[in-house]
Amino acid sequence: MVGIITALILFPLLGALFVGTARPNGARGIALGFNVFTAILALILWRDFDTAAVGLQMIERHTWIPAIGAEYLLGVDGLSLLLVILTSIIFPFAFLAQRMERGACALMLVMQSALYGTFTAQNFVLWFLFYEMSLIPAFLLIRIWGGDKRDRAATKFFLYTFLGSVAMLLSFLGIYLAKGTFDFAALTALGKTGLLAGDMAWLAFAGIFLGLAVKVPLFPFHTWLPDAYETAPTGVSMVLTGVLSKMGVYGFVRLLLPLFPNQINILAPWLLALAVCSIVFAALAAWAQSDLKRMVAYLSINHLGYCMLGLFALSARSTSSLIDMQAALSGVFMQIFNHGLTAAALFYYVGLLEQRRGLRGINDFGGLMQRTPLLCGWMSVAMFSSLGLPGLNGFIGEFLIFKGSFAVAASFTAVAALGLLVTAVVFMRAMQTLFSGPLAESSRAIVDLTPSEKLVVVPVTLLMFAVGIAPQFVFNIFNTTVVQMARLFA
Amino acid sequence: MIAWTIYLTFAGAIVLLFAPRVLARWIALATTAAGFATSLIAFFQIPIVDLAHFKTIVRVPWVPMLGMEYHLALDGISLTLVLVTGLTALSAVLFSWDVEHRQNEFFFWLLLVVAGSYGVFLSADLFLLFVFYELVIVPKYFLIAIWGSTNKEYGAMKLTLYSFFGGALVFIGIIAAYVTAGSLNLHDLAEFPFPLQLQAWAFPVLFVGFAVLAGIWPLHTWAPTGHVAAPTAGSMLLAGIVMKLGAYGALRVAMNLFPQGFHMWRNEIAVFAVVGIVYAAAVALRQRDLKFVIGYSSVSHMGFVLLGLATANALGISGSVLQMFSHGVIAALLFAVAGRMVYRRTHTRDLDELSILQLNRALPFAAFTFVVASAASMGIPGFSGFAAEITILIGTWKAYPLAVWITGAGMVLVAAFTLRALKKSFFGDSQPAGSATIDPITAAEKWGAGLLMFATVAIGIYPKLLLDRIMPAVESMRFLK
Repeated sequence: MVGIITALILFPLLGALFVGTARPNGARGIALGFNVFTAILALILWRDFDTAAVGLQMIERHTWIPAIGAEYLLGVDGLSLLLVILTSIIFPFAFLAQRMERGACALMLVMQSALYGTFTAQNFVLWFLFYEMSLIPAFLLIRIWGGDKRDRAATKFFLYTFLGSVAMLLSFLGIYLAKGTFDFAALTALGKTGLLAGDMAWLAFAGIFLGLAVKVPLFPFHTWLPDAYETAPTGVSMVLTGVLSKMGVYGFVRLLLPLFPNQINILAPWLLALAVCSIVFAALAAWAQSDLKRMVAYLSINHLGYCMLGLFALSARSTSSLIDMQAALSGVFMQIFNHGLTAAALFYYVGLLEQRRGLRGINDFGGLMQRTPLLCGWMSVAMFSSLGLPGLNGFIGEFLIFKGSFAVAASFTAVAALGLLVTAVVFMRAMQTLFSGPLAESSRAIVDLTPSEKLVVVPVTLLMFAVGIAPQFVFNIFNTTVVQMARLFA
Repeated sequence: MIAWTIYLTFAGAIVLLFAPRVLARWIALATTAAGFATSLIAFFQIPIVDLAHFKTIVRVPWVPMLGMEYHLALDGISLTLVLVTGLTALSAVLFSWDVEHRQNEFFFWLLLVVAGSYGVFLSADLFLLFVFYELVIVPKYFLIAIWGSTNKEYGAMKLTLYSFFGGALVFIGIIAAYVTAGSLNLHDLAEFPFPLQLQAWAFPVLFVGFAVLAGIWPLHTWAPTGHVAAPTAGSMLLAGIVMKLGAYGALRVAMNLFPQGFHMWRNEIAVFAVVGIVYAAAVALRQRDLKFVIGYSSVSHMGFVLLGLATANALGISGSVLQMFSHGVIAALLFAVAGRMVYRRTHTRDLDELSILQLNRALPFAAFTFVVASAASMGIPGFSGFAAEITILIGTWKAYPLAVWITGAGMVLVAAFTLRALKKSFFGDSQPAGSATIDPITAAEKWGAGLLMFATVAIGIYPKLLLDRIMPAVESMRFLK
C-alpha cells in the first residue's frame, strides 16, 4: 500500500507523464486537474495530522541503499506540513497565472513533485535527490520560456545552485563517514556534541552553509536571483519565489541550525550581519529598480532576510528566554508561509500588467486607477500585505520575528527595521506611479480584471485576510514543532 | 549459462559473413538481444550468495603444456559488466539501423568487439583474458577506419597504437606473473605470494597497461579522437564497453594479483585520477565539436572509476564498478544522440552551427533524451551517475579527504560543460534559417534510447540491485584483506 506522502509525491509525476502525452492545448487543464488531487491529498494529510504530537508523523520507511546509509524515509512534522500546504496552494495559483505550453506544464509538475519530496524526506540522500530534482526543470523553464537574457540567467541560476549543492553533498558525505548515518533525526540528536572534530567541522559547516545560502538566497550569494526571477515566465517566477526559495530556509531550520550549533553560535554576529544586509540592501536595490518584476524579485530577497534574521537570532545562544526563541521561530515559519503567498501574488499581478501592456517598467503605466479600479484595488492588498500592514498576513510573521530577535540581538534588529521603512517607500512609490496621477497615454487601452482572473484573485486575497485576522489556524499546524525545536536550540 | 553470451555472439558474427545483406541487421539485433537476454536471465536467476566469489563456470584444458586453460568464472563484478555489455551492444545495433555501407562486415566487426568483451569479463585464465582483450582491438580499427567520419584514419591509428602499447605492457606483466607463479589460473595467482620487489614494478606496468584503455590521464588522448572518428555504434561501444575493459583488467588482474604493489602505488593513481577528472572537464568546456565534448566527459567520468579503485576500500571500489556500469549506459546514450540523432540529420556537430537550428522544436524526442543523458552525466540524483559517484566519494573521504573537494570542483566543471553543450545543441536562440527538412526520430532509435534511459533511471533509483551483487565480490578480493 502506498503511503499518503508517497502518493503526494507521485501524483504530480504521473501528471507530468499524462501531460507529456496529452494534446498540446489540453495540457494546462490536466495539470490543474492533477493539482486538485494533490490539494485533496494535502488536506487529508492536514486532517490526519495530530497537532499535539511531538516528532514525525505518517512515517514511511523502507530500505533503499543500505551500502551508503540511504533509506526511503518520509514523514511530516509541523514545518513539513506547512510547506506541503504552501506548495499545494502556490502551484495551482501559478498554473492559473498564464497560458503554458505542454512542455512547461510537465516540467512544472516535476518540480512540484520534487518540492513535496524535499519537504517530507527525512534522510539526507533521499532529501538531496528531491532537492536536486527541481534543478533541471527550473533551468529548462527559464532557458526555454524565459524573456530577454534568459540564457545568462538560466545558466547563472543553475551553476550557482549546483556549486552550492555539490559543496553540501561533499560535506554530508564527510559527516556520514564520521557518524555513519544520514537520518535527519539521528544527526540532529548528535549535533549537540559536535558532529565532526576541529577543522573538518568548519569545512563541513562552510559547505552546507554555502549550499543553503545560495538557495535562499542570503546576501552576498543572491546575485543569480534577480536575473532569474525577472526573466522567468510569470508562473515560474511565482513558484521560484513562493516555494523554491523556501527549500533553502527549510534546509537552514532542518539541517544547519541543529547540526552545527557551536559554529553558528560563534559566527552569530556575522550571520546576523549578513541577514541584515540582505534586508536593507535588497530593499534599497528594490527602490532603485524601474522594472516591476525586478523590484518584486529584490523584495523577495528582503523578505527572506527576515526569516534568516529570526533564525540566526534564535540560535545565537545568549541569555534569550525560551519564549523569545519560540516567538522568533513561529515568526520565521509564519513568514515562510506568508512570503510564499504574498510574493507569488505580487508576481501574478505584475504578470497581469505585463500581459496587458507588453511592458513592465514602472514608468510604462500611470493613472491605472481610472481604467482598472479592480486590478488596482486587489493589487494594493497584496502590496500592503507585503509591506506588513496589520490585519494582513505579512504583519504577523514580521512582528514575531522582530519581537523574538529584539530580545537577543537588539542592534541588528534595529538596523533591520530600516528595511521595513524602505519597503514601505518602495511600495508607496510604485502605487503612486502606477495607480494614481494622470492617465498615461499607454495605459488607456488596459482592461480590468476578467471574470476568470477574479476567480483567482478573490480566494488568494481572502486567504491573506484570513491569515492576517485569525492566524491561529496556521499557528496550530506548527506550534508543537516550534516548542520542540526551541527546546532543541536552547 | 552465462558463457553462452560469448558463444552466441561469435556464432552471430560468423553467420553474418554468409547471410544475405537484407538480413544483416536483423541477425545482429537477434544476436545482441540474445546476449542481453542471457545476461539478464543470469542476473535474476543466479543467487546473490553465489556471486560473492569468482566462481568457475567452465573449465577445459587448452594447451596443457603451458598451463593454458579455457576457464571462465563469474562473480558480481563480472556479471555487472556483462550486463552493461549486453545492454550497450543491443542499443548500439539499434542505433546502427541506418548503416548502408557494407552492412554485413560492419555488424561482423561490431559483434566481434562485443564477443571479445564478454570474454574478457568472464575469463579466469590470464592468457585467455589477454587473447580476448587483444581480440577487441582489431575490429575497433576497422570499424573506425571504414565507417568513421572526421579524421578517421588518424583516430583509428592513434587508438590502435595506444591499445597495442597498453597491450604490450599488460603482456609484460602477465609474463612476469606467469614466470614467477608458474600458473595462469587467476584463482591460483590471486593466492600466490608474489615477492615484494616484483610487485613494486610489475604492478605499475600491468596497471598502466590496462589503464591506457580506461583513459587514464595523461594517456587518455586516444579517447576523444577515437570517439569522434568512430561511427555512432563504434563510439557507443568504445565508451560503453571498451574503456571498461581497461578498468576491469586493472581491478581483476593488476590489483588482485599484486596487492602490495597496489598499496605502494595507490596514492599516485589517486593523483592521476583526480587530475584526469578536473583536466578533462576543463578541456571539454572549450570544445566546439559536440562529440569532443562527450569524448572528454568520458575521460572525466573514467577518472571517477580510477579514483574509486585507488581508495582501496570496499565502498570506493564498489562505487567504481557501479560507475563502470553507469558510464557505459550514459556515454552510449550521449553518443547516440550526438552521432545518430543529431549528426546523421544535420551533418554538423559544431555547437555554434547547431545552436541556430533550434533542434528542440524539430527533434523533441532527441532533446528529451539529451536532457536525461546530460542530467545523468552531471550526477543529478535519481540517475545512475549519482549513485556511483556518491559511493565513490564516500570511499574517497575515507582515504583522501582532500581529493574529495578537488573532485567536487571537477563535478561543477562537468555540470558547466554539459549545460553548455545541452543548451547550444538543442536550445539555441535564433530562429531556424529556413525550414530544412529534418527526418523524424525512427522507432529503432526510440527503442535504443528508451532502453538506455530506463537502465540509468532504474539503477539511479534502486542501485541496491547492482550494489548487492558487487559489494560481496569486492569484499572477497585479496587486497582488502
